[in-house]
Amino acid sequence: MTINAEFAKGLWEHNPVLRQLLGMCPVLAVTTSAMNGVGMGLATTFVLTCASLMISLLRKLIPGQVRIASFIVVIATFVTIVDLTMKAKFPEMSQSLGAFIPLIVVNCVILGRAEAFASKNNPGRAVVDALGMGLGFTASLTTLGSIRELLGNGTLFGVQVMPNQFVPWIVMILPAGAFLTLGLMLGAYNKFNHRREEAALRTARLAAAAKGV
Amino acid sequence: MELFGIFLTAALINNFVLSQFLGICPFIGVSGKLSAATSMGMATTFVMVMAAMVTFLIRQYILAPLGLDFLQTVSFILVIASLVQFVEMVIKKVSKPLYRSLGIYLPLITTNCAIMGLCLFAAMRHYSFFQSLVFALGAGVGFTLAIVLMAGIREELELADIPRSLRGAGITMVVAGTLALGFMGFAGMKF
Repeated sequence: MTINAEFAKGLWEHNPVLRQLLGMCPVLAVTTSAMNGVGMGLATTFVLTCASLMISLLRKLIPGQVRIASFIVVIATFVTIVDLTMKAKFPEMSQSLGAFIPLIVVNCVILGRAEAFASKNNPGRAVVDALGMGLGFTASLTTLGSIRELLGNGTLFGVQVMPNQFVPWIVMILPAGAFLTLGLMLGAYNKFNHRREEAALRTARLAAAAKGV
Repeated sequence: MELFGIFLTAALINNFVLSQFLGICPFIGVSGKLSAATSMGMATTFVMVMAAMVTFLIRQYILAPLGLDFLQTVSFILVIASLVQFVEMVIKKVSKPLYRSLGIYLPLITTNCAIMGLCLFAAMRHYSFFQSLVFALGAGVGFTLAIVLMAGIREELELADIPRSLRGAGITMVVAGTLALGFMGFAGMKF
């Protein structure tokens, strides 16, 4: 697989949220606004990239039996760095994300990529893979956050978008709205992929028929 | 009464899965069968109670006196990882079929944010030993309740005609949304 494909697969084809269903807890919990989605996504991307690089560099040194524990310690170290940095530099963001910053440590996207990719590939590929996955994660969070903020509050990134007559759907900001929106987003993602598969199949069939004639 | 309040708040009003979004992965992954869901709930509850007790002791007697609070995340996750390893060995020894049906989700209890979240919340709210214990018990009961409810609904859903794109995780999310709406009813309870 080329480096470009390695990067791109995280964005759509193997999107960690929409396809692999990993890291669902922060996806649902912090996406009450688009800005929160961006913040959480970037924090996760940072931890994912640093941890992937570190684990890839250490992959020959870490014994197989204790690898999960070692990965977790590496991840936890970077999470602590992010947590303390956010508290110092972006206290507001840190406040609104709350316990979900230290909880990045148990985000299965990160451990999943460490186990499935970084521990088996060289540092360059591991970083590219991590960046792709991280940005795919950020994009999904931002989309979900935007939809919920727009319908639940009438704003987007804090700017009033909906007309004044619009009555906000409070439920979108509440937990129930998170589940519903994500469920429908998954449906839309699958629908799009099914359409594309069918179209590809039809083209292939037409090509085969043309060849037969 | 205060302990009872903590228990009910964790189990129903602020249900860990349906209103705090903790432990969603097993909630989606293991809720296909009622029996597996029940044992997952039990295993998680057990790890939660143990983790709450051990992390309380670590916080109170090691991290706080030495001023090492910044090591909280690292030390908590290590405690949880070793507890999960222990539970895995016990289940493997006691019941092979159960071990097989839980599959990959058993070691993944380590990365179940419900457990880590529980320890962090208990630390943030400065709960005492017994408060942490009751909090963990409530959270475990709430998690078990949510996952068992979900498994029951999904067993029924198997016969339903669902649009192709929504099959699997999509419809599970929508059902979870409806459950979450239902659990909002508990928000009126005050202690």
